[in-house]
Amino acid sequence: MEEKQFDMGDIDIAWCPGCGNFGILQSLKLALTELALKPEEVVIVSGIGQAAKIPHYIRTHFFNGLHGRALPPATAIKAVNPALTVIAESGDGDMYGEGGNHFIHAIRRNPDITNVVHNNMVYGLTKGQASPTSQLGFRTPVQIKGVFLEPFNPLAMAIVLGAPFVARAFAGDIEQTKDILKKAIAFRGYALVDILQPCVSFNKINTLQWFRDNTVWLDNSHDPEDRDHALNAVMQSEKLSLGVIYCHEGKKTFEDNIGVYAHEKTPLSLRALNREAGLQKIILSKKH
Amino acid sequence: MKHNEVSIVLCGAAGQGVKTVEHILVHLLKQSGYHVFATKEYMSRIRGGSNSTTIRVSSERVAAPVDRIDILLPFNEEALWHLQRRISPETVIVGDRTKICKTCPSEAVTFIDVPLAEMAAEVGGKLFINIIAAGVILGLLDIDRGMVSEFIRQFFAQKSNDVIENNITAIEKGCDEGQKLRSSNRIQMALSEPQDMEEMLLNGADAVGLGALAGGCNFLSSYPMSPSTGVMVFLSQHASDFDVVVEQAEDEISAINMALGASYAGARAMVTTSGGGFALMSEGVSLAGMIETPVVIHLAQRPGPATGLPTRTEQSDLELVLYAGHGEFPRIVFAPGSLEEAFLLTQKAFNHASKYQVPVFVLTDQYMMDTFYNVPLFDLSNLRLDTHVVKTDKGYKRFAIAENGISPRGIPGLGEGLVGVDSDEHDEAAHITEDTDVRTVMVDKRLRKLDMLKEDVVSPELFGSEEYDTLLIGWGSTCPIIREAMDSMGKDDLAFLHLKQVYPIPPDTKEFLEKARQTIIIENNATSQFGKLIKLTTGFSIKDRILKYDGLAFTVEELTKRIGEKIG
Repeated sequence: MEEKQFDMGDIDIAWCPGCGNFGILQSLKLALTELALKPEEVVIVSGIGQAAKIPHYIRTHFFNGLHGRALPPATAIKAVNPALTVIAESGDGDMYGEGGNHFIHAIRRNPDITNVVHNNMVYGLTKGQASPTSQLGFRTPVQIKGVFLEPFNPLAMAIVLGAPFVARAFAGDIEQTKDILKKAIAFRGYALVDILQPCVSFNKINTLQWFRDNTVWLDNSHDPEDRDHALNAVMQSEKLSLGVIYCHEGKKTFEDNIGVYAHEKTPLSLRALNREAGLQKIILSKKH
Repeated sequence: MKHNEVSIVLCGAAGQGVKTVEHILVHLLKQSGYHVFATKEYMSRIRGGSNSTTIRVSSERVAAPVDRIDILLPFNEEALWHLQRRISPETVIVGDRTKICKTCPSEAVTFIDVPLAEMAAEVGGKLFINIIAAGVILGLLDIDRGMVSEFIRQFFAQKSNDVIENNITAIEKGCDEGQKLRSSNRIQMALSEPQDMEEMLLNGADAVGLGALAGGCNFLSSYPMSPSTGVMVFLSQHASDFDVVVEQAEDEISAINMALGASYAGARAMVTTSGGGFALMSEGVSLAGMIETPVVIHLAQRPGPATGLPTRTEQSDLELVLYAGHGEFPRIVFAPGSLEEAFLLTQKAFNHASKYQVPVFVLTDQYMMDTFYNVPLFDLSNLRLDTHVVKTDKGYKRFAIAENGISPRGIPGLGEGLVGVDSDEHDEAAHITEDTDVRTVMVDKRLRKLDMLKEDVVSPELFGSEEYDTLLIGWGSTCPIIREAMDSMGKDDLAFLHLKQVYPIPPDTKEFLEKARQTIIIENNATSQFGKLIKLTTGFSIKDRILKYDGLAFTVEELTKRIGEKIG
């Protein structure tokens, strides 16, 4: 399997030189390649923002929708065709801010999708305002006195809501990020991968070096099947834990629960619609 | 009392089971061979207040509400005050003089004292008042007792034996009382003998739901909102037989975005909502326009602005659906006037959405959703399901420039091609572009579809005289009401033009208008939204307007009077 099959060739990329998105893009291509997936088996669903441009830079099916709204279509695409590998991917502002309500309820639905969030703790495309994950005191042209809103903790939230797979990676570590993405994509159920990344243009605080100094990869002593343990790891304020933080196999997915695949595995999108007999039955029932 | 027809009203507080008895009565009366029509008006609350249903039982087809009350059954004293304006000297009130209706707003009525409260207490409590009242009506109309008890048994089948038996006792007590009244001849009715009737009994929500199933709908994502939720309930109940995914979304924004994702992946997707919920879907509608992805939007209107009157009716969201969504892109708006049209146009909405890759609206309202009547069995033989989905090959481009604007639509997983869509302006392969030439080409491509839409319209229907002098114009749910009002006037120079597609306006509309000496538009809103649209698209100004925006549907008598005043 060639990594090249996901390459778009010589294209113009709208990201700033040195942006963490490049590392994430590379990790994703490697992960898909190593999982032996073909471009026509994968759909990337994104919202709006710099991160959300990723489907234009990788050869797969894609649905580049509205700001904050990647998760609802991603959930629906998987429900309509479970044979597809569905990845919902956007930035922290898109997924946790504009799309916050969908983030909560997508976790509750548990579709078998991978939710990749490029988390640089700042808004890039709108030029440097605070994001839900910006640190307290982070100054911007809008938050002139510094951020005073409590930073959003997506991982703790996901664990508490019952997400069966929760991980955090770092865009600077391509190899580990690729491994985590592989696990998340292969996982059956909703999988959150929050990927920390520097924003070279608008976040002068949380730089590549800052992330190197303030993160720590979880070691073997971490038991990802223990929810309390996992929650502890993401409540850590000293250093941000990286790795597969929580993983619980066997939870029923949205596709399991919606009923249309209980007796028939063919994707809904490919089934013939023969409805006359059924309609006739309802019509006759309305006679009484 | 009108010949061949009786108008019965039951009224009580929310929680007193007006809806239950409406259901029982319309089904049993229809099964007995009568034509029935029932419409309810209710408050946005779960207990208390006053809710009522008007049931017309007739020897002929009926499909419109009347003010006239022939027989009134109040479940509480407030009911009489609530309906005061509709009670006339001809109204017979069958009620509990001693326990329930000690005072009555009008002394000039016939009041037949039936001790509903006492009878209910004998069965087991006040809860049974509604069932006993239903029994009184059934006895009065001499409905077969075996059929009545069997229906009650089925209706309460999920409940315990005690509940079933008590309800049978209650309805039989009522039937006995009704039959006594019948033989006493205190209530004169002139209904012809019922006839065998091979028809269905439906409400608007059922008709839209059936139309959706017939249109191949296999994905519905929505957020509950009166009065649109009935469609969601209908589809949920039939989801497993038809392989439909029905998902209650966290909000309307999610609902429309899910529907678009489902449609992109190859489902036939729909949302059902009301004005306020639809307002939240605006950006999603715009997305549907940009990514040229089919979606059917059922919007059951209720009075706004904002929360407005949540359980009442209005036709005030036409302009909302016409202009919702930023940017410029084509759309279609259907407005069914009858249950048959609700079925057929919802079915058609799915085919049109797929063919033209545009959002298609089915605009109904609370009145239509909550109104029952019998209709002939729907004919399925001419229904077609057009998917317009192509198998892709390697070089597939989702937005390939097409002469008629319609790029062949592929779906992921069918064929070797890759299918992309993008909310940004995009090139043929759906990739972001800021090339101004590509932009212009793409806008033109999308808008070319509008030219085709204008050729493929559902024509308006003319009722009444072909040689009309005065033309009434209406759209949507008002159709049967305007028809009956016009017919009751018996004027041979009067006609009614009913529009069931309100956008794009069918081109022949203008000819109909220009033929008339006088034109009168009838709308359930305050600003004549459709009249304005007609003016905008045809240049024709409709001079006279009959508008109603108190939250209720028109009635036959009211329209007859108001049309008469306009004609002079």
